[in-house]
Amino acid sequence: MLGMSANSVSYNEQGSVESGVDAAQENSSIPGSFSSGGAAFSLFSADCKKNEDLKEMLESNKESLKLEAMKRIVGLIAKGKNASELFPAVVKNVASKNIELKKLVYVYLVRYAEEQQDLALLSISTFQRALKDPNQLIRASALRVLSSIRVPIIVPIMMLAIKEAATDLSPYVRKTAAHAIQKLYSLDPDQKEHLIEVIEKLLKDKSTLVAGSVVMAFEEVCPDRIDLIHKNYRKLCNLLVDVEEWGQVVIIHMLTRYARTQFVSPWREDAMFDENNEKAFYDSEEERKVEQTKPYIMDPDHRLLLRNTKPLLQSRNTAVVMAVSQLYWHLAPKHELSIITKSLVRLLRSHREVQYVVLQNIATMSIQRKGMFEPFMKSFYVRSTDATHIKTLKLEILTNLANEANISTILREFQTYVKSQDKAFAAATIQAIGRCATNISEVTDTCLNGLVLLLSNRDETVVAESVVVIKKLLQTQPSQHSDIIKHMAKLFDNITVPMARASILWLMGEYCEHVPKIAPDVLRKMAKTFTNEEDIVKLQIVNLAAKLYLTNSKQTKLLTQYILNLGKYDQNYDIRDRTRFIRQLIVPNEKSGALSKYARRILMAPKPAPVLQSAFKDRDRFQLGTLSHTLNSQASGYLELSDWPAVAPDQSVRNVEVVEPVKEAGAPALRKSKTAKSNEKFYSDSEEEEEEEEEGSSSEGSSSSSSEESVSESESEENSDDSNKSSSSQSEKSSSESDSEKKKKTLKNKKLQQQKPDSKDRKQKNGNAVKVESRSESESGSESSSSESSSESGSELDSDSDSGTDQKKNTKPKPVQSKPFIKQVEKKEVSLLDLDDFSPVPVTTPKSSILSPNLLSDLQGLLISPTTSALQASSPVFVPETSHELLHRMTGKGLSAQYRFTRQPCIYGNSMVSLQLTLSNSSDQALENIHISEKSSTGQNIHRFNAIERLEPQASVTVSMGVDFNDSTQAANFQLCTKEDEFSVSIQPAVGELLLPITMSEADFTKEQGKLMGMNESSATITMTPENVSSQSVNRKVVSVANIGVIPSSQENIYRFAGKTVSSGSLVLVSVALKDPDAVITINTEKTVIGSMLLRQFKTALTNSCP
Amino acid sequence: MIHSLFLINNAGDLFLEKHWKSVISRSICDYFFEAREKAVEPDNVPPVIRSPHHYLINIYREKIFFVSVIQTEVPPLFVIEFLHRVAETFQDYFGECSETTIKDNVVIVYELLEEMLDNGFPLATESNILKELIRPPTILRSMVNTITGSSNVGETLPTGQLSSIPWRRAGVKYTNNEAYFDVVEEIDAILDKSGTTVFAEIQGVIDACVKLSGMPDLSLSFMNPRLLDDVSFHPCVRYKRWESERVISFIPPDGNFQLMSYHISAQNLVAIPIYVKQNISFFETGSSGRLDITVGPKQTMGKTVECLVVTVHMPKVVLSANLNATQGTYNYDPVTKILLWDIGKLNPQKLPNLKGSLSLQSGAPKPEESPSLNIDLKIQQLAISGLKVNRLDMYGEKYKPFKGVKYVTKAGKFQVRT
Repeated sequence: MLGMSANSVSYNEQGSVESGVDAAQENSSIPGSFSSGGAAFSLFSADCKKNEDLKEMLESNKESLKLEAMKRIVGLIAKGKNASELFPAVVKNVASKNIELKKLVYVYLVRYAEEQQDLALLSISTFQRALKDPNQLIRASALRVLSSIRVPIIVPIMMLAIKEAATDLSPYVRKTAAHAIQKLYSLDPDQKEHLIEVIEKLLKDKSTLVAGSVVMAFEEVCPDRIDLIHKNYRKLCNLLVDVEEWGQVVIIHMLTRYARTQFVSPWREDAMFDENNEKAFYDSEEERKVEQTKPYIMDPDHRLLLRNTKPLLQSRNTAVVMAVSQLYWHLAPKHELSIITKSLVRLLRSHREVQYVVLQNIATMSIQRKGMFEPFMKSFYVRSTDATHIKTLKLEILTNLANEANISTILREFQTYVKSQDKAFAAATIQAIGRCATNISEVTDTCLNGLVLLLSNRDETVVAESVVVIKKLLQTQPSQHSDIIKHMAKLFDNITVPMARASILWLMGEYCEHVPKIAPDVLRKMAKTFTNEEDIVKLQIVNLAAKLYLTNSKQTKLLTQYILNLGKYDQNYDIRDRTRFIRQLIVPNEKSGALSKYARRILMAPKPAPVLQSAFKDRDRFQLGTLSHTLNSQASGYLELSDWPAVAPDQSVRNVEVVEPVKEAGAPALRKSKTAKSNEKFYSDSEEEEEEEEEGSSSEGSSSSSSEESVSESESEENSDDSNKSSSSQSEKSSSESDSEKKKKTLKNKKLQQQKPDSKDRKQKNGNAVKVESRSESESGSESSSSESSSESGSELDSDSDSGTDQKKNTKPKPVQSKPFIKQVEKKEVSLLDLDDFSPVPVTTPKSSILSPNLLSDLQGLLISPTTSALQASSPVFVPETSHELLHRMTGKGLSAQYRFTRQPCIYGNSMVSLQLTLSNSSDQALENIHISEKSSTGQNIHRFNAIERLEPQASVTVSMGVDFNDSTQAANFQLCTKEDEFSVSIQPAVGELLLPITMSEADFTKEQGKLMGMNESSATITMTPENVSSQSVNRKVVSVANIGVIPSSQENIYRFAGKTVSSGSLVLVSVALKDPDAVITINTEKTVIGSMLLRQFKTALTNSCP
Repeated sequence: MIHSLFLINNAGDLFLEKHWKSVISRSICDYFFEAREKAVEPDNVPPVIRSPHHYLINIYREKIFFVSVIQTEVPPLFVIEFLHRVAETFQDYFGECSETTIKDNVVIVYELLEEMLDNGFPLATESNILKELIRPPTILRSMVNTITGSSNVGETLPTGQLSSIPWRRAGVKYTNNEAYFDVVEEIDAILDKSGTTVFAEIQGVIDACVKLSGMPDLSLSFMNPRLLDDVSFHPCVRYKRWESERVISFIPPDGNFQLMSYHISAQNLVAIPIYVKQNISFFETGSSGRLDITVGPKQTMGKTVECLVVTVHMPKVVLSANLNATQGTYNYDPVTKILLWDIGKLNPQKLPNLKGSLSLQSGAPKPEESPSLNIDLKIQQLAISGLKVNRLDMYGEKYKPFKGVKYVTKAGKFQVRT
């Protein structure tokens, strides 16, 4: 049948499917015969046949058949059966188009690649291709599988793929890259150095998606490289709430270790005690004492960590709660510790396994700090349905919590436990009672009496345990309790548990003077049964004999000799040994020498009472919440928590570049860059962009819900100055860290802009407040999808505004540098004047040039524009000063780049948007040959600037370039190269920058507007804030958002603006009609997508209050 | 982190294995079997087991042991929590998490495990994301798939994965928009012999079933939020808002989820809805004993107590019970030594009573210990803590959703000592 189906596979699908089904039935019967241990031979042949059959299915050309085969193979893998001989047949399908089939092949591949290394290599090229796929899920899964194939030969390929993926635009792919780092490291530890570089890069990543994974990689590859954390410490603290829960656990554990190396101990009192103790030894250490008297001030970064982890105590994930608890335990000042108690107690309601781990940790904590858990004592009461190990742990904690005040309650509770059906637990309770008795002297007698009562219990384990505990208790005050000892001697015959028997015997011997009549009798009985006793009992018999011999040799001499003789020939060498030793010690003879004189003093020396203490006494040497703590032994890979440093290391290492807000543009610019950034977030993926655009155009004027929300949010934030202030003060309260940062910032501002009038300063403060606001909001961590972007924009905002002023700094106060460029511009000016139009010019000058906006607008007049008179191109009304970061100096290894839209017609091409790029070198070495690589990854037409041969350290240079964005806000991605490195960068145009201003008469405007009705019109009604109503402010707001020209208007309350898209030259007409207090914004353009996006931005700009 | 996972049933058969790193031989499970043997009861198996080179962290759920193999230091709760999340995902996908369903859906199980962990580190555990990656099996879909050859596997990255609200998928559409909240409270209590409360606390959860289109932003407020001082939230809840206004504000995941859980601790006074009068005694001679249990209402806030069940774990020497119940049925299982009395609805006029004699193994001494009673009950339309939802508001969407809140009180670990 199988042969037939093989032949018919390609011709008769029906038949082959049937055979597949038959085979499936056949298979399902096989596991049964397996377990019943049927004839091995037939089994073997069946196995063979089965795989043949699967092979055929895989080789068929029908997808469904292949899929069915793969499903069955996965079933085999899941059961742990060997399916490795199918490797060649399976690996062929690695490039299948069916995504489920492909995934199953991946599963197979990862499972068997290690065994079939050569064949596995066949699949590698498929993954390499998939790594370039436009779909991020495919890129990510290709990297996942590629890095999971444990074949040493492909290490270089993996390394390359990881490096590439680490700079991928999709955070999901970067996350996968972080996972791949660990895989590569375990495959080839020699790659460590390279991998650390990637980790360093990824640690800077601002995406919450990446943070957890990269910290995991850090912990695995280079946990000792604390220095990599410094710069990212504050960012990690601030991101923490938004990171996914598993990442939170890893980050918190890492930060705990970090903090212990970087901050001084907040436990002052404790330190004081230690100090006093030590003083005896180190008298000279007077300086340290002086230091002690200084008040302790917590490092703000230390505080930041504690504050930002606190909300996570409310997490639903028990691992997160535990992680925060241990962080507080190891880092927080003692008086703040109590906040973790409630959360830990809450975890006790969780699953049995969770309870187990949490109780262990509570047990350790409760030894050191009873007060923490005492109010929750009842939560540790034992239920009969608890598992045994849970019961024991609860008992342990209750014992730890016992003190004079609550002991009676606890003992009453213990009485119930002693009666428990679970005998092991009852025994543990008796031990616990013993511990309470020794620790709290008030109740010793009560406990002892209770335990004696238990001696008459019917259950042997209970009695035995009582004997052992009583023995320990009696040692503390033997003289008063000879009657108890007598009682126990009477019980002796009924007790069979060796430990208990041995305990009684020891008591007899130790206190034989209190029971002079009974002890020899007991010894007599024991001499009879000696040979049948357990070893531990025999040792005690020998002991008892020796002690009696010394105290009462008259009665016991013969008995002792008899026992010693028995012991001499015992099977156990310990007993023989002990017997020999005792004999030499107590029986004087010529060889024994001086020692036997002291026999009495040796054997009958008063012995200190045993200290009954918790089994968790020394568990605190391990970090809480770790596996090592649970096991009470060091697990492999455990990282020791270091002691607090005596002196805090330099705290400035954590300082990230101080951030300054933009000067002139103030808040509107800030807001603008914010929206621009949020766009970037939405459009980072091309598919998403399309979706977004569709939505934008279809929902009349209103944008997608998420972005709208962000708008409304910012509305509420910035509605009025008052609310702004209050919210900022709120955020001040909530986060004093950002507050202090803010202060730093404003300080810096003041320094920088001392000449500026005060009002400006206030503006900046205000801007700052907005910024802080948005950050603290992101901390709350559950906004709409845009809130992430807003939180990001919060942080990126910093760098933006930073770069804004940076640029100023760089361009203005450095005339030396800018001089040569001006010269070149002049040179170029000549060549420009010769040109008739703006066709792309092959620029031959060796160094690139700068075109100042003024110069270009001057040129503008000289040039004949190709547009008709009705659509006269005009110069921009407003040129924003903000620049956007292209390449951060950390990512760029010293090279940083900022770009700015000049809003000028591009000299390189009609359809290009002109950009000005400022490159600075902040490293200490000159950078050579800075240029843009030839290949552009997104396919936009980019006019590159000419290579800069050399950029000295601390120097900066400004160049201009052109990008044809094709009237879309899709980012232009390209490679910025230096001699050594390549950096992927991307320019994200705001939609307003894709326009050029034009002038036309009012009549023309209305005419054109008439042509662009219906589909081409989008409008929205907004409520204007009072200060926006003036014509100036409306004009300013509109032109700051988009590069469009103002059309003179005859109607007082209607403002008109016109522009055209750079690439296609489509008209964009904007009119704002004020109807107090509302305003209607209307946009008419063929490019509906641009229209709706513009509308959204205008709405934001016009509804926000003017700072 | 997590190296491998083995699923083992109660009988000790290993029926599924999955490795995320190099393959670890299943013989590693011998250490687990050893511990399992020692523990007798499956509940007593220690969650963390050490072997010379590995650590086995296991959970026991729905009669299945999830045994994970760890090689290096890791927070044990991290693994335990994850394993529970795996079990919950199975339950979510297949309706129940049992050996049969796992075996029946082994391919989906494998695909899920593949997505949930990468190199042993959790990748996607959010149910909304997983369901976009791998669609749960339905009868209709499996039929369509066999005919058309389409698959259960999504082709694009779930939108939630990249956003800051990973728990919600984009583009949710419903014709009937509805949001239901169940306030479920469980009373954990220990009553002593005389009926006084040794310890009582309330564990509450608010389960939600939200089927709303688009991106709704909900806020739920309570009449008496001061009751809630110890809470834990689903990640969607804005904690800052709760801190400042005591309002639960959130963008919900799609479908069923647990919005929050809370704990009303022993310090507060907890109402105990019933009282139990019991007398279980064994005679010194004659190998017999007597049992007499009566249950009555105490603080029920005017509601009826339903689904009342009393469970007694008898001492080992009790061979059989000859009892008479005035209401409901009783059953004594001589193997497990569990006496189960299913009462049903509690009638305050005629209190249910169970009375009769117990026969013991002849010759065995009278049992020392006294068995404790475990009570199970349910009260509809009542949250015993007095918690009340004030209102639910929705922002961000224009339609009017259908809203509903249900209250239930149950007995949690409710034990009466004798």
